[in-house]
Amino acid sequence: MTAMATLARTALAAASALLLATGALAQPKPPAAKPPADAALIAKGEYLARAGDCIACHTKPEGALFAGGRPMLTPFGTLHTSNITPDSDTGIGKWTADQFYAMMHTGRFPDGGLLYPAMPFASYTKVTREDSDAIYAYLRSIPAVRQSNRPHDLSFPYNNRSLILGWRTLFFSEGEYKPDPKQSEEWNRGAYLVEGLGHCGMCHTAINALGGSSESQAFQGGLIPMQNWYAPSLTSNREAGLGDWSLEEIGDYLKKGVSTRGAVYGPMAEVVYNSLQYMTDADIRAMAIYLKSLAQGSPPAPATTRLPSSESSLLLTLGKSIYDRDCASCHGAQGLGKVPHYPPLAGNQSIQMSSAVNAIRMVLNGGFPPSTGGNPTPYGMPPFAQSLSDDEVAAVVTYIRTAWGNRGAAVSAREANTLRSAPLD
Amino acid sequence: MVGFRGIIAVIGLLAFPALAPAARAQTAEQPPDTMEARLLGCAPCHGAAGEGTNNAYFPRLAGKPSGYLANQLIAFRNGRRRYPPMNYLLSYLSEDYLVLMANYYAGQTPPLPAPAVPDVSRDMLAHGTRLIDQGDYNRGIPACSSCHGPSLTGMEPAIPGLLGLRAAYISAQLGGWRYGTRTAPAPDCMQVVAGHMTEDDVKAVAAVLAARPAPPDPSPVPKGSFVLPFPCGSQPQ
Repeated sequence: MTAMATLARTALAAASALLLATGALAQPKPPAAKPPADAALIAKGEYLARAGDCIACHTKPEGALFAGGRPMLTPFGTLHTSNITPDSDTGIGKWTADQFYAMMHTGRFPDGGLLYPAMPFASYTKVTREDSDAIYAYLRSIPAVRQSNRPHDLSFPYNNRSLILGWRTLFFSEGEYKPDPKQSEEWNRGAYLVEGLGHCGMCHTAINALGGSSESQAFQGGLIPMQNWYAPSLTSNREAGLGDWSLEEIGDYLKKGVSTRGAVYGPMAEVVYNSLQYMTDADIRAMAIYLKSLAQGSPPAPATTRLPSSESSLLLTLGKSIYDRDCASCHGAQGLGKVPHYPPLAGNQSIQMSSAVNAIRMVLNGGFPPSTGGNPTPYGMPPFAQSLSDDEVAAVVTYIRTAWGNRGAAVSAREANTLRSAPLD
Repeated sequence: MVGFRGIIAVIGLLAFPALAPAARAQTAEQPPDTMEARLLGCAPCHGAAGEGTNNAYFPRLAGKPSGYLANQLIAFRNGRRRYPPMNYLLSYLSEDYLVLMANYYAGQTPPLPAPAVPDVSRDMLAHGTRLIDQGDYNRGIPACSSCHGPSLTGMEPAIPGLLGLRAAYISAQLGGWRYGTRTAPAPDCMQVVAGHMTEDDVKAVAAVLAARPAPPDPSPVPKGSFVLPFPCGSQPQ
């Protein structure tokens, strides 16, 4: 239905563009048919555009493919994504392959203007010329949509683009991915995808007050601004470090959205839904090998709670009774879950991390893992925001963070309360 | 080749017997392969069979035409219909899966709740009843029954029944249509109708609908049972 509606809209837009073109009398019409690019190249470009998850930002819900116009909330104001269809006036139809590569590689528009770093050019700079050309060929092949870009809505002083120069000096180092000769070909392929098109570091590296992330903290995790989900560290086994996951478990998690170790929710569900589920098994395996190698094997640290012990023990008693009533029927009295559909809680890293944000949000908001080719009809977790008080949420989250040998710290009702107003979209 | 890998797997299991119980647990402890189990996340607000709950703002889903339910699920997923907890839950679910969900709830037949006791005046009741059964031609308001069916049980595939809902929900939805926060694909017939209604109209209609007893057969009438008074984007004729 949606695809049909999109098609219809595209056809309409194309028809009106045609009318405009014929209306302009003396104007010589641009050649209607471009020389057909190699179908294999286009297919490769489509695949790589998926790997880069371009659609997540450059397509508005119910909007035409890659016509942009999606508002992106940032701490500095609202950015409106751009039209990257081959329309010559409102899209990138006039761009050459050289200019497209220069944009990916240097973060500059064809006229030399600076891109806002919401476009992950700090990652895309690692993309090879060959892959950039394939993506370019694909973007030339999709229907042109006439839709003007909306100006960004940024507050002072962030509306001054020259500030980006400062940001670039601090946080941007230009350069294609350089394979590490000491590592296998698979590892290098994985690193290329994760660090480049996958732009995983955009969330999994802490963002500082300047909206930048420093390379020395790469993949160490951080709270995602505006969304209030915590993107865990990929280097620490105490968080989402994958050191003791098997390649199959990592692959399932990335491609199906569910695994015997845990399932994806929140912003990561978007990534799996729009991007990772379409990756080949070989590429998923390569990414898994690289991600596993990032993890620095460290034994779980003992929990340090910020709450007085009398309060913690009260929380635990209450938490257990809530767990047994509301959670155990799916996740099991011992927290083993019914994998992969009801994730295990015992030993689940994402529950024990020092940040309790994700665990609290799951209890408040529930959630579905994404529909994927490998798991088309996922099982959903109910939201408990309406039925549990802040104290009860804190109690049950404290319980799952500390029961069955889990080593997380207790959480307070205040933390639970703060996340009630976290944005849901 | 497959056989070879199979042998390796068997050797692996033999070599690491500690892994075997986990692998067994994985196949043994599976949730039921049913829509009901998949949709447990919806039950706290809508009931396990979509029968609704005590919260008046969360609608009953059971027995509504599947096309209507699918349209709503897709609209929530795409953000056209706004309710953040719903938008969040459905964001990354495929259209195929949303249609399966719609079919599941459309096929449920829990009894309709007891009719509400209306809390509006006699005049309001009479006014609401008139709008529902006759409409107001001069103000461009067709009778609810002219689209939602003579017994207000809806019409396949996409016109919803109006019974079994609480006044608070009906009134919130009509308000949403009036103010343009709830929309449907053009021509957006409900927006046109609701745009002609006043706040009192909404209050009266909501009170009477919530109080109307269920007919013997609460299922929606088949597609094409009657002709709509004007075109509706959600229900192509």
